[in-house]
Amino acid sequence: MTAVTTGTPTRAPSVGTGHTRVEGRDKVTGAARYAGEVPFDGLAHGWLVLSTVARGRVSALDTEPVLAMPGVLAVLDHRNALRLETDYTGLMGMRPDPTCAVFQHDRVPHRGWPVALVVAETSEQAREAAEALVVHYEQEPHDVEFTGERPDAYPLDGHMPAVTEKGDLDAALASSPVVVDAEYTTPEEHHNPMEPHAATARWDGGRLEVIDSNQGVTWVAGELANLFSLDPASVRVRSEHVGGGFGSKGVRAHQVAAVMAATVLQRPVRVVLTRRQMFSLAGYRSPTTQRVRLGADTDGRLRALEHSAVSATSTVYEFVEPSAGVARVMYDAEAHHTANRLVRLDVPTPTFMRAPGEAPGSFALEAALDELAEKCGVDPVELRLRNEPDKGPVSGLPFAGRNLAACFREGARRFGWADRDPRPGVRRDGRWLLGTGTAAASFPAGAAPSTAAATALPDGTFTVRISAADIGTGARTALTLVAADALQVPPERIRMRIGDSAFGPAMIAGGSMGTRSWSWAVRAAAGELRERLALGADIPPEGITVRTNTAEAIAALPPAERHSFGAQFAEVAVDVGTGEVRVRRMLGVFAAGRIVNPLTARNQLRGGMIWGISMALHEEAVRDRASGGHVGADLAGYHVATHADVPRVEADWIDDTDPDDPVGIKGIGEVGIVGAAAAVANAVWHATGVRHRALPIRPDRILSAAAGAPDA
Amino acid sequence: MRKKQPMASSTSSVITLKINGEKYTLPVDHRTTLLDALRERLDLTGTKKGCDQGQCGACTVLLDGRRSVACLQLAVAAEGREITTIEGVADGDRLHPVQQAFLDLDGFQCGYCTPGQICSAIGMIEEHAAGWPSAVTEDVRPEAGPPPLTAEEIRERMSGNLCRCAAYVSIVDAVARAAEARPDEGHAHSATGAEEAVA
Amino acid sequence: MREFDYQRAHDVAGAVALLGADPDTRYLGGGTNLVDLMKTGVERPARLVDIRELPLDEIGTTPEGGLRIGATVTNGGLAAHPEVRRRYPALAQAVLAGASGQLRNMATVGGNLLQRTRCGYFTDVTQPCNKRVPGSGCPAIQGEHHNHAILGASDHCVAVHPSDMAVALTAFDAVVRFETADGPGQVPLADFYLPVGDTPHRETALPPGALITGVTLPPAPVAARSRYRKVRERASYAFAIGSLAAALDVRDGVVRDARLALGAVASRPWRAVAAERVLTGAPATAETYAAAADAELAAARPLPHNGYKVDLVRNLVVAVLTELAEETAR
Repeated sequence: MTAVTTGTPTRAPSVGTGHTRVEGRDKVTGAARYAGEVPFDGLAHGWLVLSTVARGRVSALDTEPVLAMPGVLAVLDHRNALRLETDYTGLMGMRPDPTCAVFQHDRVPHRGWPVALVVAETSEQAREAAEALVVHYEQEPHDVEFTGERPDAYPLDGHMPAVTEKGDLDAALASSPVVVDAEYTTPEEHHNPMEPHAATARWDGGRLEVIDSNQGVTWVAGELANLFSLDPASVRVRSEHVGGGFGSKGVRAHQVAAVMAATVLQRPVRVVLTRRQMFSLAGYRSPTTQRVRLGADTDGRLRALEHSAVSATSTVYEFVEPSAGVARVMYDAEAHHTANRLVRLDVPTPTFMRAPGEAPGSFALEAALDELAEKCGVDPVELRLRNEPDKGPVSGLPFAGRNLAACFREGARRFGWADRDPRPGVRRDGRWLLGTGTAAASFPAGAAPSTAAATALPDGTFTVRISAADIGTGARTALTLVAADALQVPPERIRMRIGDSAFGPAMIAGGSMGTRSWSWAVRAAAGELRERLALGADIPPEGITVRTNTAEAIAALPPAERHSFGAQFAEVAVDVGTGEVRVRRMLGVFAAGRIVNPLTARNQLRGGMIWGISMALHEEAVRDRASGGHVGADLAGYHVATHADVPRVEADWIDDTDPDDPVGIKGIGEVGIVGAAAAVANAVWHATGVRHRALPIRPDRILSAAAGAPDA
Repeated sequence: MRKKQPMASSTSSVITLKINGEKYTLPVDHRTTLLDALRERLDLTGTKKGCDQGQCGACTVLLDGRRSVACLQLAVAAEGREITTIEGVADGDRLHPVQQAFLDLDGFQCGYCTPGQICSAIGMIEEHAAGWPSAVTEDVRPEAGPPPLTAEEIRERMSGNLCRCAAYVSIVDAVARAAEARPDEGHAHSATGAEEAVA
Repeated sequence: MREFDYQRAHDVAGAVALLGADPDTRYLGGGTNLVDLMKTGVERPARLVDIRELPLDEIGTTPEGGLRIGATVTNGGLAAHPEVRRRYPALAQAVLAGASGQLRNMATVGGNLLQRTRCGYFTDVTQPCNKRVPGSGCPAIQGEHHNHAILGASDHCVAVHPSDMAVALTAFDAVVRFETADGPGQVPLADFYLPVGDTPHRETALPPGALITGVTLPPAPVAARSRYRKVRERASYAFAIGSLAAALDVRDGVVRDARLALGAVASRPWRAVAAERVLTGAPATAETYAAAADAELAAARPLPHNGYKVDLVRNLVVAVLTELAEETAR
């Protein structure tokens, strides 16, 4: 037995200092294994077959010839599939989207619906057999047309109330000397993480093991246990490295199909989605139509605010993109109405995608603010400072820190905003018109209960276990720093184990809540362990372990408006002759709580901002009305920003430690994209004098606007 | 060369691939891409499959020293070529300068596009050193001389490698550092980088 | 992907013999288009003849001062070649504007000419497409077509040719050389791509079984001052929504010679003959350039969602010719 001492309290904190990723070496050498890369003896490969009609039913599947093809082991479809249980409420408090409960009936609710899984010895054989499977349909007329004019749109509470109303909107608008009334649209957008969804399932001694790529192992394990009616203790899901998620990596058809096939065949089965399949099976951000009406005094102070948003969902599950929610946090007015409404179409179910609600909502609201600034002749930064609320506009709750004004002041200083000529269309650099724009950002800051275990080992090192997910956020490294400070040891002495459902329940990587929720639990476990060790205990060979659960502490948080905030600035160049738009520089200044690892945090915030560039200028999934499916469902058809689209984007932050969080964290995963598209769009107006209210601002839209349409 | 051995048929062959200086002999279905041969047959999973259609660059490897996408390269057609993957670019435990720069400057987030970005950067730096122009080179005529490897040149030349986490800024910094060139802008920013250096 | 036989050819005659008259056999060059199409099921060959090792990877000068480019020269090698950059800079620029560094290192000159349209209906085998399945219909006309043809299309197909390289080659009167079992042949690139008409599935004038062996560029002093400008929906790694290869010779304020070819506006690279006619002998002014563009675009038949291409092409012609004329003046 060895006695272990922890460091002295005077040790400089690791939190707040830049650290390269603890798994970085594995990632730059190719040693890090992702879900589809863990070898298994006897592995079989499953390939999903998706419907080619948008509505109807499967009348027949010609499975016999496919089963006779080389290497084919099985074809699973609604006639022979295991029955799944879908009547439950999962870990996230949500009922399952029936899309993941594959092969339970013959109905086809959208194009790209999974109708069968072909399993073969090799992936080449599985692919060819899946493509050879002839499926017969009874086709029914479909409706995939999304517009803001749909009379069948209905209000739906998602994770927030659908409608909030205070004051007499019509009266306030009528009495406002300045009014903005505009409609904004955002298209269907897809997460497209670089790593396609992949899962390998196998049974091992009565236990189900799944190697998966997801944002929450205990979440997915729980869903699989529910769906297959298994003892939760017999399901283990691991997800050590995850090649991006952005909201798309929860429970999906591929894991369920893999488990089903592994159960039927009693051998390991891997199912990997193709990039094309991801467009109908991995979720997406619904298109939105948003109407914003603002009434203000001539000095820009708001009297009336209406933000009304419509999004789409499938016919099998209600998911609302709550775009109007951002107005409930950002601006107050005596008359304040917001509403999120939904239409049901024969399309796949949308899902959470980086800053759900806030991303499209901030585009509309912050673009409308810019229009108001123009009409009032007030500087856009000043307009926002004049409309800073002192409490939650709808909730009436106090803000647990709202440093938005400080972000704007610091951002304006660094961006050189004071020198800005407000007139549009007057700056030129060769063939390019230049303009600058700004927008505000916010995203809720929260924490969810998590468990963690910290173990002191006789060799002086520590192992911390938590079922966290590092989907590129740097969580593994951040938690290492948090644990190091709690134990007052150098980070090199911490071994951070994540991505294994065996470590117990914890928050998912989502909602900008992962690192905060996990850090809370890790700090508690490590801190308690340090106290235990301070008593001078000897360490047995198996170590000394402390487990914690943060449920009680989090439940005790006082109610407040808790958000990260930020100010976005962009400069663009527009060639109105070719329609090209280039972002020349971009700056975001954030008040996002304590920054655990500046190196990775800056990277992540910049990533969010670049998502905003991509959203403003490139991203759009095109749905074909006739077939109900996508046109160009791949990375050549669906454009995301490339290296060449991205200038030196700068992200920085102001001191903003959250007093109610043990580490001071708020969250940075999503706030970076919020307002970023609006800042770009506002800059395009400043460059050209044309308001572009439909995203993305493609060359054809710039050209059409230049050709005559006053506003695109 | 390719032999039709007993276990081979008209739709499969036994081939020998030269990968990272080692020879691997294996039977392959002709449909098998180099990418799938690496990942599923040879357990060289560092080369990533992002789109399988030549639209993302995650599977970038070096073929005879030139960067290429492994997803559109049939394995059977790669016989006889020198294949270098991410597993073969380091010198033992000593990382390749591009790898080291990605690590030090945080040129990635999720890490999935990273091997492709690194292999692409290695090939790109070679192409630039050979005097190849790019789409943003102002004057492509040989008399104009090779363009300096500015941030703009790096961005254009690396645009075949998508990074959905959008770690682009730090990737460009890493490539510039590895190429022993400095970006043409943002010198003030490198001070920030120093502040964030490894503690 | 269907199972297939694979054979490597070591000389041109051998390659042509291996392919024979088998309609289910394809030549495999860099594979950047063919292998992709095999994965999506658009192409389902039973046999591939790999031509990458053929001795067709050289670029040489012709006695007249032109260039002979081998069919298996990679796009990357083509764009890097000093004589290409010196004599036909727009060709180097066009190649560099296409795809990515990786794809350019794989893709070959012959394959580039034969690449298929990127129309989203063509590449999705669950959709109708007259080019892929003759007679099945063209959903693009009523559907998504914002990047489809404004020139030379028909009621049967409105797809555009995706190549950048071929646009520059078209501007410079390239001739495609090929080999068949009956011996060698050649066809001007201007006649290489067939009109769409009611046979969009018939794309080139190559005889059945023919192997492209290379491209010959005749001497063109005007090409030494040439430019390729490509407009796309992001800054790089995307197909064009409109592009222009242009060369201009201006002396004493008068256009002596002009070469113009347009990309992403038709089923083939579009040589702007009408525009060249207006330009030649006319004063080198923006008005002339606009008149030239208008002359070419008089035949444009835009669809509901691609009318912007008319403005785009017109603006591109004026902008690029203005730049070229200014360079000449310097």
